[in-house]
Amino acid sequence: MSIGNLSPLGMRTLGAYIGMALLLILIGFLQSWSVALVLVNLCLISAIMALGVNIQWGYAGLFSAGTVGFAALGGLAGVLISEAPIPEAWSAGGFNVLMSAAVLAVLIAAIFVIFAVMAPGRARKIVLTLTVLVGYFVVRQFFDAGTDAIEAVDPALTGFLGGLNLPIILSWPVGGLLAALVAWGIGKIALGLRADYLAIATLGIGEIVIAVIKNEEWLARGVKNVSGLDRPVPKEIALQEADWFLGWVEWIHSSALQGVSGDARLDMLRGFAQYDAGIAVKLCYAVLFTAVLVCLFVLAQKALNSPWGRMMRAIRDNEVAAEAMGKDVTKRHLQTFILGSAVIGIAGAMLTTLDGQFTPGTYNPLRYTFLIWVMVIVGGSGNNHGSVIGGFLIWFAWVQAEPAGAFVLDLLTAGLAEDNPVREHLLDAAAHMRPLLMGLVLLLAMRFSPKGILPEPVRADR
Amino acid sequence: MYETFELLNALALMSNFVFVPALSYGSQLALGALGITLVFGILRFANFAHGDLMAFGTMVVVLVTYWLQAQGIGIDPLPTALLALPIGIVVAVAASLAIDRTVFRFYRRRRAAPVIFVVASVGVMYVLNGVTRFIIGPDDQRFADGERFLINARDFKEMTGLAEGVTIKLSQGVTVVVAIAVVAALFWFLQRTRTGKAMRAYSDNEDLALLSGINPDRVVAVTWIIAAVLATIAGTLYGLDKSFKPFTYFQLILPMFAAAIVGGIGQPVGAIVGGYIVAFSEVMVTYAYKKALAYLGPGGWEPEGLMQILSTEYKFAVSFIILVIVLLVRPTGIFRGKVIT
Repeated sequence: MSIGNLSPLGMRTLGAYIGMALLLILIGFLQSWSVALVLVNLCLISAIMALGVNIQWGYAGLFSAGTVGFAALGGLAGVLISEAPIPEAWSAGGFNVLMSAAVLAVLIAAIFVIFAVMAPGRARKIVLTLTVLVGYFVVRQFFDAGTDAIEAVDPALTGFLGGLNLPIILSWPVGGLLAALVAWGIGKIALGLRADYLAIATLGIGEIVIAVIKNEEWLARGVKNVSGLDRPVPKEIALQEADWFLGWVEWIHSSALQGVSGDARLDMLRGFAQYDAGIAVKLCYAVLFTAVLVCLFVLAQKALNSPWGRMMRAIRDNEVAAEAMGKDVTKRHLQTFILGSAVIGIAGAMLTTLDGQFTPGTYNPLRYTFLIWVMVIVGGSGNNHGSVIGGFLIWFAWVQAEPAGAFVLDLLTAGLAEDNPVREHLLDAAAHMRPLLMGLVLLLAMRFSPKGILPEPVRADR
Repeated sequence: MYETFELLNALALMSNFVFVPALSYGSQLALGALGITLVFGILRFANFAHGDLMAFGTMVVVLVTYWLQAQGIGIDPLPTALLALPIGIVVAVAASLAIDRTVFRFYRRRRAAPVIFVVASVGVMYVLNGVTRFIIGPDDQRFADGERFLINARDFKEMTGLAEGVTIKLSQGVTVVVAIAVVAALFWFLQRTRTGKAMRAYSDNEDLALLSGINPDRVVAVTWIIAAVLATIAGTLYGLDKSFKPFTYFQLILPMFAAAIVGGIGQPVGAIVGGYIVAFSEVMVTYAYKKALAYLGPGGWEPEGLMQILSTEYKFAVSFIILVIVLLVRPTGIFRGKVIT
């Protein structure tokens, strides 16, 4: 398609992508390419998360306040899939944990049986309550014994069950599945009621997921973190020692190496190799992440333009009318909520893969729920391109906000003495500029640019 | 005789660790939930910024308290914070009116969907959160002074001859007294005054209220004023009882929402009942019953383990479970609040 054929919105989209690319290239020249690539990788993950939230909010108008929990579930999948299982822990407490899971399954089955067999009424309520109470204590009996034994196994190094020892890349779809499962449960409960109830319920589930991954050490070591995760790309050290990579480095830097010989040349080559290995690894991640983003983007776009997408928009814009046309609004909402959460779960697993470690302490709602929201709303809710651009731009702003804020405050207080209490307080407080700024950005965007940078395309009747 | 003592000891233990703390925590939650439920009843959205409005108002109270303490002004044996409270309330009221003017009024005039208000309130929440942390920092602030205890454990033991003491902190006594006074005043206002009746009418049926000449701007403004007053009082009482930390207040919105929904959202009585239900469940579920059961069981016997249903790290899971049960079993809450949009 030639540029002449593009609609104004198409031009705008193209312009936004080019502008963003230029911004990142600028960082490459001004700071370093390594910094720019780190930024790009996190931008890509942010864009995927924003895509997930856009599916929920932009397609269906569902407000979820628990994105952080779904991202954390994805991260948890990274540990559960890629870590090697720990046989000592399994033999110490595996049986009890499995038993507690079995009892739990029986308990759930019993609840269903009671619902099926007994007539509604006081008797059923009493039986249900008793079953749940007794079941809970039996589960706890096995569970506590099992987890205590597991956490006692070499607690400084392991103290958890380990994982399945599979390639970490498998955790991406598994993370999505895990998030989808939880989304199903919560959606079943909270959808179909007032829109605010979903927001409140997701806020709760988000906090609970974080509490679980922080405190259940037998699962993924809790706040003791799991580091040194498996990687889908080669290690920097391995690259630096590989002959083909060194040959490549020699070829790229041939002009710089020219005329240098002996040890000096070797040192120089080693320096180049070290730097290039870092770049190469980051590039590998960037390629992988871009592939995932493109796949998910194409799917999301197809869905949005299909009859299903049309139905979703109809439901979003007028629930009553859509219901009158025979659409099952609650079911469709559940569907989109699950799909969006799954995408967020995938992104969460990718983030853990990139970090190479799982650190439950770092999941905070400002960074993983609110920021993603800002991305979607600033980018343009209902427009997938908008979410991607929003993801890139807001992450960029987020990373640059702290140095920029510190710089501005430094400038403002430059007239004050070095140890002036006001100046010291303001400089210390620069870190708290982030929630303030992001809150303002959201409010201003909602008020003055509710359609975002790339508005949802207006679709003419066909 | 021995059995009676054992029973009394168990009762004293439970009062000390369950009944008294839950009563004061419940009163604080009830005041917070009242604000949420009133905003919901009149403006028809779940205000996520309420917890941070609490933090903001309390921050002002804390700062004024520090200043008063530095000046040597106090009302010993009562905490100085009570003296600072009116100033905190005035600032919080001004802030919440300013927020309504700059943020929510725009959407109200456009008759935007409730969920838009919710998103905007999340934006407000982060702005307030940032302002609070910017001014006072993210750390714990202890600003309680005056007498510490109404009844301390030693006196109680000497008085009764029991092995277990009951402590009632002054802050807990103040909480309950203030909460009763505030709730009484609020109900008097809602039931007896013209403005209160206008608010109830508006909450019940907006169109009909408008037809009968009620000024909506006035109703909305009064709602925000009441919400800010309640939030600041609740926040200050909570801070006196425990300590002031901005992040804790942010986390309080979940129990407060749970309280409002359990009672029936939009129903003031429901918010109060809900506050106590959530607080008592939270404390009872996370309390370790080991010692109490040892008193109740045969002599010399002690249960294995802590006999704790959930560890304290999961205390907000209790609010969530209550919320889930209510949504599943009776989405209107105990007092039949509003459910359908």
